[in-house]
Amino acid sequence: MIDGVSRQLIELLQQGLPLVSRPYTEIAKKLHLTEDEVLIRVAKLKQQGIIKRLGVVVNHRRLGYKANAMVVFDVPDSLISQIGDHVSQFNFVNLCYQRPRQGDQWPYSLYCMIHGKNKETVLKQLDHLIESCGLQQFKREVLFSKQCFKQRGALYQALEKQQKVISNG
Amino acid sequence: MDEVDKLIINHLQGGFPVCDSPYQVVADQLGLAEADLINRIKNLLDTGLLSRFGPLFHAEQMGGALTLAAVKAPEQQFDQIAEIINSFPEVAHNYARNHELNMWFVIATDVPERLTEVIKEIEQQTKLAVYNMPKINEYFVGLKLQA
Repeated sequence: MIDGVSRQLIELLQQGLPLVSRPYTEIAKKLHLTEDEVLIRVAKLKQQGIIKRLGVVVNHRRLGYKANAMVVFDVPDSLISQIGDHVSQFNFVNLCYQRPRQGDQWPYSLYCMIHGKNKETVLKQLDHLIESCGLQQFKREVLFSKQCFKQRGALYQALEKQQKVISNG
Repeated sequence: MDEVDKLIINHLQGGFPVCDSPYQVVADQLGLAEADLINRIKNLLDTGLLSRFGPLFHAEQMGGALTLAAVKAPEQQFDQIAEIINSFPEVAHNYARNHELNMWFVIATDVPERLTEVIKEIEQQTKLAVYNMPKINEYFVGLKLQA
């Protein structure tokens, strides 16, 4: 599905978009392509969902979002899509996933991340979310993060390694 | 970080165009000069307010695998367990959380088979059960953290 040229393109793009007026010209030169060819390939990668989005990842702690809550709910499978769609509409919900339950001890299926400037704000937002989405009926837990041991681009490292394997044959 | 930087951060969380002169397009939308926008993005990356700029890839679509995992680390062995888990290059985002399941981490691997291996190795080395919770569905959010 991804040819060798697009693999190389992905490898270059993983270093970030060049910070120059014509970023795709700079990439094109390295790949011996034209700027148009690169733009078409990038658009295709985006359409295929291989590029999830273009934009920024903010360092939420540096931005002052020091309270980070993972809120989990035991939502029945028959309701989860509808509730997931509703919950994700709230702009203070930063991530929202369905994940597999882990038996009786951890029966939760819906995971929401709420980043806030402080704990009080996050808890207020959570109350608002619970009330607005009718989540009172579901068992839930709120897990605040206490300490961040590690935060780095393992994903990108893993993907870089994968590309090396592919390009090495 | 001044008001213009905040404007840029908030705007770029909404996406970045794919075209020959994307900085010019965004600079026009924000009423800035192109060179000013480029310099400010550079600066926000250098100072660490932004941890990435550009395309963000989808691990599973690339053939890789990703999961959220957790363990119940006994309090007296907590640091030791954290050290073991963090020693895996495939582990990112390890957080201590206030629950019996007190250590939560993301594992990202180049191929799905490796993910299974990493979980098994963590279980062997820590003597703890790893709860494996890969996503089943993702509900789209705007990803906005107001600067």
